[in-house]
Amino acid sequence: MNFNQYKREISAAIAFLVLLIVVGIASPSFFGAGNLGDLVINNAPFLLIAIGMTLVILLGEIDISVGSQFAVASVLAGVLAKSGVPVPLLFVIIPLIGVAMGAINGALIGWFKLPSIIVTLAMLVAWRDGLRWVTEGAWVQNLPSNFQWFGLGQSTGQIVIVAIPLIIFLIFAWSLRNLNIGRAIYAVGSDSEAARLAGIEPKTITFGVFALMGGLVGLAALLNAVRFNEIPSNAGIGLELKAVAAVVVGGAAITGGRGTLIGTIIGVALLGTIGTALTFLGINPFWEKAIQGVIILAALVSDILLRKYEEKLSTDANR
Amino acid sequence: MSEILLKAENIQKSYAGVKALKSASFELLSGEVHALIGENGAGKSTFIKSVTGAIQPDSGILEVCGNKITENSPTFSKSLGVAAIYQQPALFPELSVAENIALGYEKGGFFGRVNWKKRREKAKELLDQIGAKISPDAEAGSLSMPQQQLVEIARALGANAKILILDEPTASLSEEDTNNLFRVIRDLKAKGVGMIYISHRLEELPQIADRVTVLRDGETIGTKEVKDIDRDEMIRLMVGRELSQIFPKRDVRQGEIVLELKNLGSKKAGVKNINLTVRAGEIVGIAGLVGAGRTEFARAIFGLDEADSGEVLLNGISIKNSHPRDAIRNNIAYLPEDRRKHGVILDLPIASNVTLASLKILSGRFGLNFAKEKELAAEYTRRLGVKTPSIHDSVSTLSGGNQQKVALSRWLLTKPTVLILDEPTQGIDVGAKSEIHNLMTELAEQGVAILMISSELPEVLGMSDRIAVMQGGTIVKILDRNEATQANILALALGH
Ligand SMILES: Nc1ncnc2c1ncn2[C@@H]1O[C@H](COP(=O)(O)OP(=O)(O)OP(=O)(O)O)[C@@H](O)[C@H]1O
Ligand SMILES: [Mg+2]
Repeated sequence: MNFNQYKREISAAIAFLVLLIVVGIASPSFFGAGNLGDLVINNAPFLLIAIGMTLVILLGEIDISVGSQFAVASVLAGVLAKSGVPVPLLFVIIPLIGVAMGAINGALIGWFKLPSIIVTLAMLVAWRDGLRWVTEGAWVQNLPSNFQWFGLGQSTGQIVIVAIPLIIFLIFAWSLRNLNIGRAIYAVGSDSEAARLAGIEPKTITFGVFALMGGLVGLAALLNAVRFNEIPSNAGIGLELKAVAAVVVGGAAITGGRGTLIGTIIGVALLGTIGTALTFLGINPFWEKAIQGVIILAALVSDILLRKYEEKLSTDANR
Repeated sequence: MSEILLKAENIQKSYAGVKALKSASFELLSGEVHALIGENGAGKSTFIKSVTGAIQPDSGILEVCGNKITENSPTFSKSLGVAAIYQQPALFPELSVAENIALGYEKGGFFGRVNWKKRREKAKELLDQIGAKISPDAEAGSLSMPQQQLVEIARALGANAKILILDEPTASLSEEDTNNLFRVIRDLKAKGVGMIYISHRLEELPQIADRVTVLRDGETIGTKEVKDIDRDEMIRLMVGRELSQIFPKRDVRQGEIVLELKNLGSKKAGVKNINLTVRAGEIVGIAGLVGAGRTEFARAIFGLDEADSGEVLLNGISIKNSHPRDAIRNNIAYLPEDRRKHGVILDLPIASNVTLASLKILSGRFGLNFAKEKELAAEYTRRLGVKTPSIHDSVSTLSGGNQQKVALSRWLLTKPTVLILDEPTQGIDVGAKSEIHNLMTELAEQGVAILMISSELPEVLGMSDRIAVMQGGTIVKILDRNEATQANILALALGH
């Protein structure tokens, strides 16, 4: 393995280990089986969103509408379940609804060449306020009993919730490195005009990635919703910040073309742990968002420093 | 009998306000190297972009291998067997060299599997073929410009194309690399590949091309067998008039020593033990192969890479440039090699680009003097013949050579004490080239000390008072104007 190539991922892993050690020393009960299990289950659906965000950021774009998409998908999942749609069918419908929401972003960004930050900002507001208007802020309650844990009971349900994201993670991590489509994403993110000249269609790739992002958000919303007996209509607020933070901490360049899913899963672990870790350290968890912001900044700054260092190394190595 | 691979008739293309192509016609046979020449902005790159589908022509007939093409795109032309090296590098900076090369030739659908081992082997093979010493695992963005050019060539070769288009492939290549490229071109020719070859180095053409087509102001002026046309005739067809002097070297009275380098070295830049003096009014040419350290040497003087040993004396006083800011304060100017990365700001208007380094001259009591900016920019764009409808257009709308003229005007305007020019005339047509050489001579007459890096030997021989030959990061010999020849420079550069 080439350590140099993965040094961003390695630094994220070290940061994660340091966090674990600090929390472990301050409060050994953090490592209780119950707590660790909760942590994994809480963050498994989020991993899906971070996977999608990785693809988006590899393209050099950003999607800040994921939190609102998540809320729409969650509420729809609840409403459909209540109206009697069987659970297996929900696994098809809800991701497709996500794909549809993502496709709107993808079309505007890919084909109409609008900047992703503006498009997804507009969508963030549109979905969120549209949902508030329709639900009038009411939560979805009295969910049918076969909805919670997919009717499989808590322990099996939990396994499903963790297994699906992990399997999808493995598929994506492998494909991103080993399939042409994966490399095409890197190429477009690195230089989209050069990609076009090399016979790759940046528009199609951009559209596809945003649609896929929506699909992953839909699936994440479904996996998350079955854990509770009611669905808040304001679900997923601030999810975009957390997802971007996880991806950037994992070493992806915000300008596109560089990053790996290995880095992202480390980022998810780090970001997912911070909230709980704060509680164990006796710090007010309201600090979590501020810390996420600081982490994004720290990751960006260290990226620039690393890049300067690499430039120096490469000019040295060229001798 | 060779078949017709490409036939283009009356291709037209307009950009807002500019007719880039009025009526371009061209024909390419299998096993032929067909040169396409013309002044900067004549429409050569626009023509080849129409062939590859990178842009859509407004009208005209295009036939590739007998197929009439209506809807073209890079993907489509690739599937017909067309590969191209564009004038503006089109590499993926974050990806490895092997991957960059693979993206040129691999077809395979979206869900095709990537074979990393094979990619690396193939990249190595292609790079070896053109004699490029570049690791397939290097990140493309970390390579120097000539190295990137070599990677592009390897990529285009890998495509196994029937039609290979080369838009100024040798603009930043040295003699040795150029010869390697020519060897490969001859091999491909024997295999029946048809090649369109664009170059401003007209003296290359008899070595490599069979026919030559001249484009002027977007129109095809004519096609000739290379053996039936000489350099003067080509130039006459290109510019539509006679051009007399090509390298107008005038004797300039030399003054005091302005710049003196004593054992200069920089670990970061990879240069060492450089000893050189440049007098006021003197032009010192720097020759050497790609990788000999010419650009790196300039970077060390200019403070882009810090010099960590030896001494730089300016007018006898020791100075230290640890940052370009220091160099500029010491009145040293540097025209970088890579114009798109460092030479021009593509999205700014031409006028602002020209005057960017001379804002001091322009600023009056009430901010910038825009009338003066306009006047200066207009003068320089006229003298160098920058082809544009307006100096307020952004530089990105200019042809490659015209962008280079803008980059160069910026530094010619500053009247520095020491002027370092790195490949000043790359991609510039013969007419403008002699005007640039005129301007260089004028600056020399005003007492500027000039260091000129160029991989074009005739230019080095024509313009320099003395020639420093570099090899392995240091100057191996300094030749006087009258003792230098192509042969002895090349021998020194190769380390013989
Ligand atoms: N995107 C664009 N927008 C507006 N004008 C353009 C654009 N691209 C090219 N042009 C104009 O089209 C004309 C032809 O340009 P082209 O790049 O084909 O010239 P060229 O023959 O390749 O010149 P060079 O030798 O300098 O590379 C020029 O006048 C240029 O300014
Ligand atoms: Mg051109």
